[in-house]
Amino acid sequence: MLDKKEQKKNDIIECSLELFASKGFYNTTIPDIAKALKMSVGNMYNYFKSKDMLAKEIIKFISIYLGKELKKINEQDISTEEKTRKIVEIYFKIALARPEMIDYFLRIYLSNREVFKDGCEGMICVNEFVTEIMIYFEEGVAVGDLRDQDFFSAFGLFMGYLGGMVFLKGEDILPKALDEYITDISYNIYKALSV
Amino acid sequence: MKKKVKVLWITGLACNGNTHSFLNYPNLEQFLDNFEFIYHPILESKYTLEDIVSFTIDCDVLLIEGSLSPEIEKADKKLFSIINDYSKVVSKIITVGTCATFGGIFRDSEYENISGLHFDETLEVDTFRKIKNKTISISGCPIHPELLVNTLYAIKNEIALKLDEYLRPKEYFAYTIHNGCTRNEYFEYKVDNHQFGKKEGCMFYDHGCQAPFTHGSCNKILWNEVNSKTRAGQPCMGCTEPTFPKSNLYKTKKNMGIPANLPLGIAKRTYLTLAGVTKAFKINRLEKDIFDD
Repeated sequence: MLDKKEQKKNDIIECSLELFASKGFYNTTIPDIAKALKMSVGNMYNYFKSKDMLAKEIIKFISIYLGKELKKINEQDISTEEKTRKIVEIYFKIALARPEMIDYFLRIYLSNREVFKDGCEGMICVNEFVTEIMIYFEEGVAVGDLRDQDFFSAFGLFMGYLGGMVFLKGEDILPKALDEYITDISYNIYKALSV
Repeated sequence: MKKKVKVLWITGLACNGNTHSFLNYPNLEQFLDNFEFIYHPILESKYTLEDIVSFTIDCDVLLIEGSLSPEIEKADKKLFSIINDYSKVVSKIITVGTCATFGGIFRDSEYENISGLHFDETLEVDTFRKIKNKTISISGCPIHPELLVNTLYAIKNEIALKLDEYLRPKEYFAYTIHNGCTRNEYFEYKVDNHQFGKKEGCMFYDHGCQAPFTHGSCNKILWNEVNSKTRAGQPCMGCTEPTFPKSNLYKTKKNMGIPANLPLGIAKRTYLTLAGVTKAFKINRLEKDIFDD
């Protein structure tokens, strides 16, 4: 159970996540978030000293959320091919159920690096998520399913692909629902990465 | 005069590297005031190899160097039967070096059933099980002379040594070679821009260094009292371990950029989390030559 302060912090994160994703980071102010939560602006600052700080907390929150889901997949006793499909499935599932999360990742975190340069150097703020992807890759190579290569060439292929599809979906360009692409995309990714 | 401890040094299939390494012990004269070799392959000794195999001469400690095989003979006598005879009279046996302990590089030779005295790499060998309680392993390729000499003094002074699962004294083998390495800062911040022989850079990430998962005291008890492989700019090759020698010793085995062998006892998830954090920082001081302004 989260204590009261932690619970409130979580509420602020969830609410601002939605606002940032729908109105844009720069178009959303702390008073907007306070208003949506029926809090005073002064009280908001008791939880987060600045909007930038809130922005960093949100990306960590998303990374932990995604990381936990991927960890469940990594810990299953299944083939790398099956894991690949499950990662694609969960990513699209989250993109549908919590579009604000993936939107935030793609449209705020990756597009406003100046906000994150202090305190989110490198991959620090997405560590939980990236760690699980690393484990998926490392174990895939160790059991002989995946071809050994540079981490980022594999990471870019996998995550760039999924991010791109969700982005297209967000732009209403995809003719079909996201989950209709799961089989083909999982096949493509595994085929590209396997030995 | 005090009674000297009588020591027999016999050799199986070996390059004699341990014999030579032992000669680097700086206080050999003092050592020989306390210990006497009834036979040693290159030091002057009272008996010849023929004497050693013809009789069972009174002796306190048996030192075995080199890999063992039932085929090997010394002065026309099976090495196995020499070991059997002497193991009955001595109070302690020391396997000197990685070959005598685990089989080592000669496991790839054409002799049959090559192994160490009690281990074939990590597997236990049954042949000499009865004398296992007398044995201490000093692994290494070669052994560090101080580790052998200190162990002999411990035997002389009847000090009970705590041993690890491969019978190695914990005093020297409970540590990793990483312990005391002068490149620790580079390890901490994942900086491996190393060039062989240079002072800068950690060699774990690209250059094959096995120090974080190899047991030993090379960086605590220095070689020739001054240096170690990693201090001099060479990767640790894991020479004290049952798996020695592996191949590709100058290159870190990686899976998708992640080291296949992690620091001892560190879970993969923990390591990757930590590595992700430290890798994010660029420490300028560690990126340039130490003596640069």
